[in-house]
Amino acid sequence: MINQSNSYVIGVDVGGTYTDVFFLDEAAGKCQVAKVPSTVDDQSRGFIEGIRKQVENLAEVSTVVHGTTVGTNALLERKGARTGIITTRGFRDTLEMRRRDRPETWGLWGQFEPVVARDLRIEVSERTLADGTIYTPVDIEEVKSAAQQLIDAGAESVCVAFINAYANASNELLALEAVRGLWPNEFVEASSNILPEIREFERTSTATLNAYLQPPVSSYLARLEGALDQHGFNGQVLIVQSNGGVMTVDTARQLPVRTALSGPAAGVIASAYIAGEAGFPNVITCDMGGTSFDVSLVANGESTLSPQTNIDFGMTIRTPMIEMTTIGAGGGSIAWVDRGGLLQIGPESAGSSPGPVCYGLGNERPTVTDANVVLGRINADKPIGGKLEKLDVEAASSAIDLHIAQPLGLGVMEAAEAVIRVANSRMAGAIRLVSIERGFDPKKFSAMPFGGGGALHTGALIKEVGLQNALVPRYPGINSALGCTIADMRHDYVQTINGLLEKLDMRVLAEQMSSLAKKGMDLLDSAAVSFENTEAIFELDMSYQGQTHTVDVSLPVKPGKNGVDITHDLIKSTFETRYSNVYGRPLDNIAIRVLNLRVSTLGRRPKFDLKLLAPVDGCELVAASNGVRNVWFDGAWHETAIYQRLPIAIGEVIAGPAILEQPDTTILIEPDLQAVVDEFGNLVITRKQEN
Amino acid sequence: MIDPVTLAVLKGRLEQIADEMDATLFRSAFNPIIAEAHDASHGLYHAETGETLIQGKSGLPVFVGAMSFAVKAVIDKVARDGNLAEGDVFIFNDPYDGGTHLSDFKLVRPYFYEGKLFCYLASVGHWHDVGGNVPGNYNPVATECFQEGMLIPPVKLFDKGQIRQDIIDILQANSRLPGSLYGDLNGQVNALDLGIKRMSSLLDEYGVDKVGEALHELRLRAAKLMAANISDLADGSYAAEDFLDNDGIVDEPLKIAVDLSIKGDQMTLDFSRTSAACAGPVNIALSTAVASVYVAIKHIFTEVPANAGVLEPLEIIIPEGSLLNVRAPKPVGGYTETILRVIDVIFCAMAQVAPERINGCAYGTINALSLAGFRQDGSRWVMFSFFGGGHGGHPEGDGLNHGNAPISTATIPPAEILEAAYPVMFTQWALRQDSGGPGSHRGGLGAIYEIELLEEKADVFLFGERGRYAPPGVLGGKSAALNKFSYEQQDGMHHPPQASKMVGIQITKGQHLRLETPGGGGYGSPFERDPEAVANDFSRGYVSRASAESDYAVSLKQDGSVDQLATERLRKEAIV
Repeated sequence: MINQSNSYVIGVDVGGTYTDVFFLDEAAGKCQVAKVPSTVDDQSRGFIEGIRKQVENLAEVSTVVHGTTVGTNALLERKGARTGIITTRGFRDTLEMRRRDRPETWGLWGQFEPVVARDLRIEVSERTLADGTIYTPVDIEEVKSAAQQLIDAGAESVCVAFINAYANASNELLALEAVRGLWPNEFVEASSNILPEIREFERTSTATLNAYLQPPVSSYLARLEGALDQHGFNGQVLIVQSNGGVMTVDTARQLPVRTALSGPAAGVIASAYIAGEAGFPNVITCDMGGTSFDVSLVANGESTLSPQTNIDFGMTIRTPMIEMTTIGAGGGSIAWVDRGGLLQIGPESAGSSPGPVCYGLGNERPTVTDANVVLGRINADKPIGGKLEKLDVEAASSAIDLHIAQPLGLGVMEAAEAVIRVANSRMAGAIRLVSIERGFDPKKFSAMPFGGGGALHTGALIKEVGLQNALVPRYPGINSALGCTIADMRHDYVQTINGLLEKLDMRVLAEQMSSLAKKGMDLLDSAAVSFENTEAIFELDMSYQGQTHTVDVSLPVKPGKNGVDITHDLIKSTFETRYSNVYGRPLDNIAIRVLNLRVSTLGRRPKFDLKLLAPVDGCELVAASNGVRNVWFDGAWHETAIYQRLPIAIGEVIAGPAILEQPDTTILIEPDLQAVVDEFGNLVITRKQEN
Repeated sequence: MIDPVTLAVLKGRLEQIADEMDATLFRSAFNPIIAEAHDASHGLYHAETGETLIQGKSGLPVFVGAMSFAVKAVIDKVARDGNLAEGDVFIFNDPYDGGTHLSDFKLVRPYFYEGKLFCYLASVGHWHDVGGNVPGNYNPVATECFQEGMLIPPVKLFDKGQIRQDIIDILQANSRLPGSLYGDLNGQVNALDLGIKRMSSLLDEYGVDKVGEALHELRLRAAKLMAANISDLADGSYAAEDFLDNDGIVDEPLKIAVDLSIKGDQMTLDFSRTSAACAGPVNIALSTAVASVYVAIKHIFTEVPANAGVLEPLEIIIPEGSLLNVRAPKPVGGYTETILRVIDVIFCAMAQVAPERINGCAYGTINALSLAGFRQDGSRWVMFSFFGGGHGGHPEGDGLNHGNAPISTATIPPAEILEAAYPVMFTQWALRQDSGGPGSHRGGLGAIYEIELLEEKADVFLFGERGRYAPPGVLGGKSAALNKFSYEQQDGMHHPPQASKMVGIQITKGQHLRLETPGGGGYGSPFERDPEAVANDFSRGYVSRASAESDYAVSLKQDGSVDQLATERLRKEAIV
């Protein structure tokens, strides 16, 4: 950390219910956490409130790193700006026609409302061909009148998206300049500046959603900066992107679409770091919320990125994002017996409002959380989060009796256990999907729960999938906020090449690689953030000619003084190795195609010593005891020890059955499992017989 | 008996195996029809009957019912030949026994566990070219299957684990795209290998008895669930009929009719009133017909699982010699059009007894369009693609604009990908005004695709339908617009004499093709549609002023807002 008196680095993750804050005071060697209710109307109020729980004078803060759901919510609730599109004649419906899909395989009741209505999508004369030839020059007068028409219709932002602009952006850029000339604000962008990649729907959708988010995200960031200023803050604000890296506020204003999965991404970054430090570089993160269970795979300390995500049906964003596999099995997911007599979990969910039956807020159908309550796994007298006084065990129990036990001919307890088993098996399915199905051996992976509910289930999951162990971080509930403080700065670029490898001019490709890398490095330099080091990563999307799916091929090259050093042979052999890893074996005598060039630049930010999190003067296990409670496992009640988790000293071993409680989560150690507190304060859960 | 919890757990595990086989083939396939359009499927089938036990969720819906016939064909062959061994893999594309059309190659592999046959695994995928008279095999003027492609009966591709290169040689020699064929074949073999591996670890974990019992029990549950759904419906008979434009050879309409009757927990679907087998390629085999019934049922009762139990409470009557039950060498290449119509008549019949579960019919034609020619460097190019249309209005709202066919989950390649690969330029790729069937919930819009040729010349053919009989609405909802194809010649635009089917079109540089696809049928009377919703449709250009007035009885002022008084008057007149 550079020499400065202000010593706090603060991570703030604003979620739907809570704003979590993680304080790192490196000079003093201290960490603290805070949780305050989110302020839905203006997230910046809860944000400041959360920080001020620990730090009164914001002048003491050097950096605030922020995971935000402002963009995500605006997309999901369709509350972005009134946006216009100016596009090529004949193509105004690209956004609405999608890729000719439907929401569900079975059932034909799909509906789709694009974020830009048809009357705000205007066509102009212009055409570029696939090889980059300008077939029809852009008619600037038409562009200007289209822009004026959109202004008159009340559009606040506008996206210029022309066909084949990935191959030659000149028409698009001329139009962009003309629109900027008369647009009343800065919310004007061209699709090729956001994503110069082939496929008009994906590019138009990404660029349009960016325009749709620019006004609300910009005004939020301005409010946030204003509020920070007011409290004396004069440090740096960074925003977490969906790819797990951070960017400056200026970049976030230009590319708000990159914040779509900001919060969850930070959680995965934290998990990767915590697990790596604890000696487990391979981890599967498990985030259990009210309606969903999200898993993400980290192999050798690297999180998995996916090139594209659908935020909702037809809402496609194509920028690298931390890959999350989501299934509808959260705490609020409803358990039911179908008419064929099969026990099912979800996809319907009671969410967090009205929530499970035990919340007493109106839902009468049993959920996964209700089953946990009935089995004694959740403390009904002291619910986590602090919103409710008490949970209604009786109501949960009778709901399970009526909806599950009676139809299946089981007792209530057996039925509650059945709900958990089926929920666990669905979660296990999600873990298999990201591990076994991708060729990773689960025996080499740890499960890491974060969020409030995951730690009740991870023990069962390690048994069901055959994972090596589970690692419960010290503060699972604020994992995303912690991740904010350690995330690296990252900028991703793409350029479509679409040519056969043998015909590519290596000098041209090397030049493109260097120039994108320089662009990213310049942006890192301009951020006024201190890095331990910087790095450029080069990837090509490649396939055999004729295939439509590509594999990502990471090139083993670094930019040197004379640019990058690449050859046809190097690219070919790297592709063949990668192809073999994915599909078994390479193919002979088929030409190789290069679709896209991808360049990422990383500025590595300093990490803090996780030992700061460990319990200081921890106590022996007995001293942390909260008595015993009956908990149902494997068909019978077991007298189960209850402990406060946080005070337990490093090295203490907790034999199952046991339940560990802390303000933001409950950890279940099943009878055949045990846990040990490691030197960072994490809990490592393993099978008993292995030790 | 297996406990309900283990059953639920095993169901998930088994489905995941089939899904993973699907995913493996989609990723590694060479031809876009599998890779992008997901025209493939995988599953587990009963060792003795071939019945579907488990089927992947991401494959082509129509294969869900058809594959059991393919496996049964192999079981029958094995019964005749008596030489089944571990490591065998059968390959074939006979559509009369295995369903669908010649383009779909089926690989069927017995799965032995501890030396005993446990079940069959199968993989089916649509190959890019299997010979025949036209590239891509959608020959609209075929009168025998021999003009549609090679016909391979079940033969061993692997014999006790040994690959038979001679079979691959025969297959490759009969295709215009042998490389693509080889890549797809490999993908299917890999998917089966993976399925075997996953099944073995599952059986190691749970044992043969438990998994076997689960499969048996899942079938019973599916049958019970389907029977419960049928019991909810009022007993009675419900009829519906619809027509295909023609068969591409003889220009006469072909009737598809269903008499659907419900009695207690049994449903009978009698297709006896359907036209007899025809000369052209819109015939289908019995297996295909059963599969299309299955697709319709799954769209209506979305919660029933994908196994043979669902068919148990259904009786399907289709006489031999019907358009829906043909044998070799009747041509079947255009099976997609016929099964779409089978699905439509089932929807229309069901609308009479279960209106709350039904939607207006979808656009009902896949519009297989092929452009082919030679580039200046002498290389051959073939652009072959299927196009989209609207979905029907439904109880929850208006139909989806520009969706995929109900028998498929295919996405369309983007214009930029097509333009990068072929010498064409799309001059329009847009929603088609007034193409959605009017209704209180309007049908979704079809599309307009207009293509300009950039090379010197191209040969074109189209295989489509719904050029004369529009996709119907339900519950008083109106029909969508007809399918319309135009091609440019020196003297202007022309239309195919047989509406939506034509071969031998030649166009030259700068000339255009224009395909205007149907929307979906409406749901409920258009006179009950909220006039504000009609005004909104007008402002977006979904519906013209003329249509607002004549189809919806809504009068719009000059600024597009609703003229309340005039509308009231129009609606009064309309309802009388």
